[in-house]
Amino acid sequence: MSALEIRDLEVAYERRGRDPVRAVVDASLSLGRGEIVGLVGESGCGKSTLARAAVGLLRPTSGTIVFEGRELPPLDRGARPREAARLQMVFQNPYASLNPRRRVGHQIADALAILGLAGRDERPHRTRELLERVGLPAAAASRFPHEFSGGQRQRIAIARALAADPSVLVLDEPLSSLDASAQAQIANLLVDLSHNLGLGLLLISHDLGIVHQVADRVCVMYLGEIVEEGATDEVWARPLHPYTEALIHAIPHPDGRRFMPEALPGEVPDPARPPAGCRFHPRCPLAFDRCTDEHPTLERVVDARAAACWLASERAVTSPAGTAPRAAEG
Amino acid sequence: MSLLAVDELRVRVATDDRPLQIVDGVSYAVDEGRIFGIAGESGSGKTVSVLALMGLLPRGASVTGTARFEGNDLVSMPSARLREVCGREIGLVFQDPLTSFHPMLSVGRQLTEHLRHHYGTSRTDARGRAVALLEEVRIPDPETALERYPHEFSGGMRQRIAIAGALMCEPRLLIADEPTTALDVTVQAGILRLIDRLRRDRSLSVILITHDLGVMSALADDLAIFYGGRIVEDGPAEELLAAPRHPYTRALLEALPHPETARGAPLHGIPGAPAQPGSLPSGCVFHPRCAYAIESCRTEVPELRRIGDRGLACPVDPFAP
Repeated sequence: MSALEIRDLEVAYERRGRDPVRAVVDASLSLGRGEIVGLVGESGCGKSTLARAAVGLLRPTSGTIVFEGRELPPLDRGARPREAARLQMVFQNPYASLNPRRRVGHQIADALAILGLAGRDERPHRTRELLERVGLPAAAASRFPHEFSGGQRQRIAIARALAADPSVLVLDEPLSSLDASAQAQIANLLVDLSHNLGLGLLLISHDLGIVHQVADRVCVMYLGEIVEEGATDEVWARPLHPYTEALIHAIPHPDGRRFMPEALPGEVPDPARPPAGCRFHPRCPLAFDRCTDEHPTLERVVDARAAACWLASERAVTSPAGTAPRAAEG
Repeated sequence: MSLLAVDELRVRVATDDRPLQIVDGVSYAVDEGRIFGIAGESGSGKTVSVLALMGLLPRGASVTGTARFEGNDLVSMPSARLREVCGREIGLVFQDPLTSFHPMLSVGRQLTEHLRHHYGTSRTDARGRAVALLEEVRIPDPETALERYPHEFSGGMRQRIAIAGALMCEPRLLIADEPTTALDVTVQAGILRLIDRLRRDRSLSVILITHDLGVMSALADDLAIFYGGRIVEDGPAEELLAAPRHPYTRALLEALPHPETARGAPLHGIPGAPAQPGSLPSGCVFHPRCAYAIESCRTEVPELRRIGDRGLACPVDPFAP
């Protein structure tokens, strides 16, 4: 059974006097315990909206979130079931997500107290354990967030999430405000937590490189839709959706070989008025007549791989490695 | 001869409690038609070292050393003359074009004003030049674009417009500070290609500041790695990135995910946090995080030794070929 399952999720932002923006359209994904699923896409693709809806911070327009076998109600004024606390979120910016005026230990102990996970006497001990679990000295408990670097703060934010004894963490761009050296440390910590605590991680990131390194499976989003899903290695080696391929070819290589990344022509369209047919067709180097009229849905192509592209099954057979999107001229 | 030769540049900034040494003796040269990369993590002094050349630091900053631009020293130049030289000869592009543009003024007004200011060009001529440049940076329908406002464009388009703006006075040097950091990768690729094309077409010299070594690998000809306000390693970018010799450069590269490395292999984080001005370690600024540090690294500031066309500030040199 998967720990977290998102089924046919749609989130639309209502706007007065204008069409609603469908930020997430028909998205489904599942996440098992001990599994890391990367959700990648560029700004405005709806990945953060999906993350917030997944933990109940946003009310979906339709669709359901099933957590540990039960449907999860959106967060509102009423109390949430206690079990829902086992689904936790870590935010992008640890400078903003931690309270600057409270000692680190107290912030972590809050969850222990509120959820009744540790008695008053046990809390300091448990807090120290959590700090050590994320690679910080126990003495960090008595200090304030500003005394720590960005990477250390993100560790504190993760320790705070772990205090609720979660089975799933949803992490929204947890690495993107960090320097490269801290990024690597936190990425390694996430892998460690997932493997050794059996945590399911939904890792939302625009950085395909880091997702490739740590995620078992990857979902690629474009303009509100999941357009490709599969095991990370396979998606990386043989992207089925032309957008995934374009994303991979756009990543610079830091190896001194002067690789010039390829640009995708055009711009991400206004999500309030997505193109008809396939939402990617105006920018797709492989688009043909059908793509402009008919909307492809995410379909299983081979084994555990799915793509929302009319050419996916063809591309699965003939290696798409030779059909790289043509580079847009600067 | 180099277009810009910076020698022993030092920048000290006064703060409430004490002066901070942000840049501590950096020297480099930018040659004609080449892209000079300045790489480093946040707080390494890369941006300040460049703003210092243009007199753009806040009051209370003291700058010493020399920066000869076409033979004239920018550091000692009177400010009126410096404004003139920078305005005409040096174009600047910042990370976030949404904050570097004035939100209430049309693109046309912002693109033309410094040309009119520095050269007294007529309105019509300045607009004509703006249209030509917007075309050159591939903005569709440049005439209409001039009437629009910065927020009406996407991030990538805004950065293209910012680059066009920086080129209005036909500068010989373009300084681009993290020009693609705020952009998505597919858009970033377009800007990298644009900078590369402009450099070739106009034999423009570029100082490219970025923390992203992948971007450096795509564009930079020459590269300097900054750490704690000093250059720890420099040289031709291809060589330096393919065979880094300073333990910091190597650690930085190993910390990055590479599209060709195997999935699941742990990344190598650098222990500790980057040195910050105000709490710089003695001796080699990297020594507390360095796996190869020896006793003398704690006390002696390593000099940037020349080894062929490479420079290395590490007496241990553990990665000597």
